[in-house]
Amino acid sequence: MSALNPAADLSAHGHDDHGHHEISFVKKYIFSTDHKMIGIQFLLTTLIMLLVGGSLALGVRFQLAWPWRAMPVVSQVAELVGGPNFIAEGGQISPEFYTMLFTMHASVMIFLVIIPILAGAFGNFLIPLMIGADDMAFPALNMMSYWFMWPAIICFGLSFTVEGLNAAPAQGWTSYPVLSAIRDSAPGAGDAQTWWLLGLTLVGVSSMMGSVNYMTTIINMRAPGMTLFRMPLTIWSMFITAILQAFALPVLTAAGFMLLTERTLGFNFFVPGGLVVNDGDPTVGGGQPLLWQHLFWFYSHPAVYIMLLPAMGMVSDMLACKVRKPIFGYKPMVYSMAAIAGLGFIVWGHHMFTSGMNPALGMTFMISTMMIALPSAVKVFNWIGTIWGGKVVFDTVTLNCVAFVSMFIVGGLSGIFMAAVPVDIYFHDTYFIVAHFHYVLFGATLFGCFGAIHFWFPKMFGRLMSDRVGRLHFTLTFIGFNGTFFPMHLLGIAGFPRRYADPYIHPYMEHLMPMNQFITICAVIMGVAQFLLIGNFIVSIFTGKKAGRNPWNANGLEWTAPSPPGHGNFDILPVVYRGPYEYSSPLVDGRDFLMQTELLPPAGDAGNEPAVDS
Amino acid sequence: MVNKFWPLFFMFWPILAIVSFVIAPSMDWWFPGPAMSKFGEQIDNLFYLILVIVAVTFVGTHVALGYVLWRGVDNRDTKAWFSHGSHNLEVLWSIAPAGILMFISLYQLDVWMQFRVKSHFPEGTTPIAEVTARQFEWRIRYAAPGKKLMTTPQPDDLYTVNDLHVPFGRPVSIRLRTMDVQHSFFVPELRVKQDAVPGTVIPVWFDTMRPGEYDLTCAELCGWGHYKMRGRVVAEKESGFQQYLLTLQAEQNFDGVTRPEHSGAQIAEYGIEDSQ
Repeated sequence: MSALNPAADLSAHGHDDHGHHEISFVKKYIFSTDHKMIGIQFLLTTLIMLLVGGSLALGVRFQLAWPWRAMPVVSQVAELVGGPNFIAEGGQISPEFYTMLFTMHASVMIFLVIIPILAGAFGNFLIPLMIGADDMAFPALNMMSYWFMWPAIICFGLSFTVEGLNAAPAQGWTSYPVLSAIRDSAPGAGDAQTWWLLGLTLVGVSSMMGSVNYMTTIINMRAPGMTLFRMPLTIWSMFITAILQAFALPVLTAAGFMLLTERTLGFNFFVPGGLVVNDGDPTVGGGQPLLWQHLFWFYSHPAVYIMLLPAMGMVSDMLACKVRKPIFGYKPMVYSMAAIAGLGFIVWGHHMFTSGMNPALGMTFMISTMMIALPSAVKVFNWIGTIWGGKVVFDTVTLNCVAFVSMFIVGGLSGIFMAAVPVDIYFHDTYFIVAHFHYVLFGATLFGCFGAIHFWFPKMFGRLMSDRVGRLHFTLTFIGFNGTFFPMHLLGIAGFPRRYADPYIHPYMEHLMPMNQFITICAVIMGVAQFLLIGNFIVSIFTGKKAGRNPWNANGLEWTAPSPPGHGNFDILPVVYRGPYEYSSPLVDGRDFLMQTELLPPAGDAGNEPAVDS
Repeated sequence: MVNKFWPLFFMFWPILAIVSFVIAPSMDWWFPGPAMSKFGEQIDNLFYLILVIVAVTFVGTHVALGYVLWRGVDNRDTKAWFSHGSHNLEVLWSIAPAGILMFISLYQLDVWMQFRVKSHFPEGTTPIAEVTARQFEWRIRYAAPGKKLMTTPQPDDLYTVNDLHVPFGRPVSIRLRTMDVQHSFFVPELRVKQDAVPGTVIPVWFDTMRPGEYDLTCAELCGWGHYKMRGRVVAEKESGFQQYLLTLQAEQNFDGVTRPEHSGAQIAEYGIEDSQ
């Protein structure tokens, strides 16, 4: 299939040479090197992790709404199985456990859900299909990138159990030293923290293998005619993300190792001398805790874009297809993604405005942070422009995409408050921040992912997901989501700090408890709604309507392949003649799409059009 | 009209959002009281400036989004508009936000400089106490009445825990340190926040406009008891503050023994040598 002679292949369609030899079950479904299977493996894994992370979040929410009350269900179950001690006497959440809950919620959601669902699941599945390659450039490396996720998951799991359930990592996902560097500083700062760091490193290894693969594949394996500016925006976003990943991740890995050696081998990077933590011996050394923050955010800010750009790309593709219109401003979309990625490297300091770093840095970081809002704004305008004049039918995909745009506007605008240094003095580490990044990471990215799951599901399994259930899932999630996170802006304005097990001991926050109860109820609705997605997903694999090759009348290369594509993807090697967004083109009559692979006769020579394979 | 359900849905939620912000102050979902410091007022003003800009953008983009969706539903039976975009529009909507964002950021610089750059601190800012955070309390060290606060502890320094007294009406500064992990000195009503970083001492200034008690909280995760690092900042008149220091001094120098006059037996019993 890798023979790049399209003309020869065009005539001999149908028989792909790969379908005939049998692949063992293990090689086909477990240690598969097929990018599609790896993508699906990533998707299923991340969906399971989504439920894990979501349950942890509900624990956090319960404590904030009804502090020190016995958790319903959970405490009964715990009692049934012998009452593990992670919950204090009587079944309520102890403050130690509360810190562990939010730490692991963030760790799971970021490292095991958002990053792998975008790059791992959709990146893997879509890149070769959309650029017309038969597989990734390095299939074995690709397989390893998935199988490095499991050691990571195991490490995170071990971090929960290695010292007993009451000593899971509890330093927040940002894991700031000194808290994370000294074993005595918190119940979870012992071996649990070491395992957590190992897990983080392994996730990094997995991402790195993925990103090397994506870059190589996108640069080298595009189908004939697929020039860079004919690539779908999904591919552009994956490409830019892979570059971001490749350049930013080593810094986090290095920082992680520094912290590991500091914890286990007695090296000294982050802990200054003379600290007396928890009445232990004074520390010796000359480390600098801000160093970690710089290194950590040098990765983790670009990581925010790693967690967002692919969703932006996918939403652009879905939206254009759904409104039957070319994307508004294709090149500005590409350039703005590149600008976000480039600026993304010089804005990390906005996480550290109150950290005590040199105030001059605060100013420069504020200006760069404000400027990164610009490409984001351009993208929003372009999405609205894409819908402008289009045909809108509200199915699940459209709804999720529109929600993506709407939520991203909120997340982007609330970011301006924090980008402004003086205002951030007040808002830093309050619930305003929590609202902001949930609007971006859940509101934008996850709604984008929900849309993408429905959109590309037929390509994955050959069947459509139920649109009715999809819309119900969307509606409940959307209402639950906004009910949960919008009031958090108000909590933030009221000065409600993050990571408080019981904020109500402070008189100025006492009156906010009803609002937190409302938030928790909405969060439960949102959590329960996810079972609709999972159920719809599983049931549709077996009973969904058969999809055919191109159920959405879309233009991309992936829709020329069978659904699901066999080993080697394409039965007809695609040749690309145009960009992916020629919807409603006046060049063709009677239909509103024009696939990238269609060769149109020269202008004036009517008739004799090659058949579309569908 | 059934067709228009979703456009209305997407326009309805921004209305709810706006309404919630409009009624928030009257529902007490707003700042914990008006800013109690002149510096805090500046922060509030900047906040309201951004809020207005953001609200206009939010409404504008959502009206646009709702409009294109609404029209898109009507468009269902016709062919979509075949357009790849507009260069002029792209230029317009790049330059306009760039200008606004640049304005916001330059407009903020002044207040930030005041807060953090030592040479821009308000005139007459005097260090009044050293605040040392630790798991999970605030330890406060004052100089003895009439003395200057030294960088190293002096034998006659005065100590309290979780209770910072300051004179109101003038800018004062504290030396913020931590004994163990990171903490953050956060007084919501004064709009002051600064992390305490192990290994460094950070000067933090603030002013209070009115006498009163303000909650002091920790805003940087510092361990399981993060939530209970509750302290207070008490702003009082200059004379009251001096009086407080004197009381503190008397309390601290009180050795716990109420000494009856000329009771040699008792002195011998407690093994206290009378230096007089």
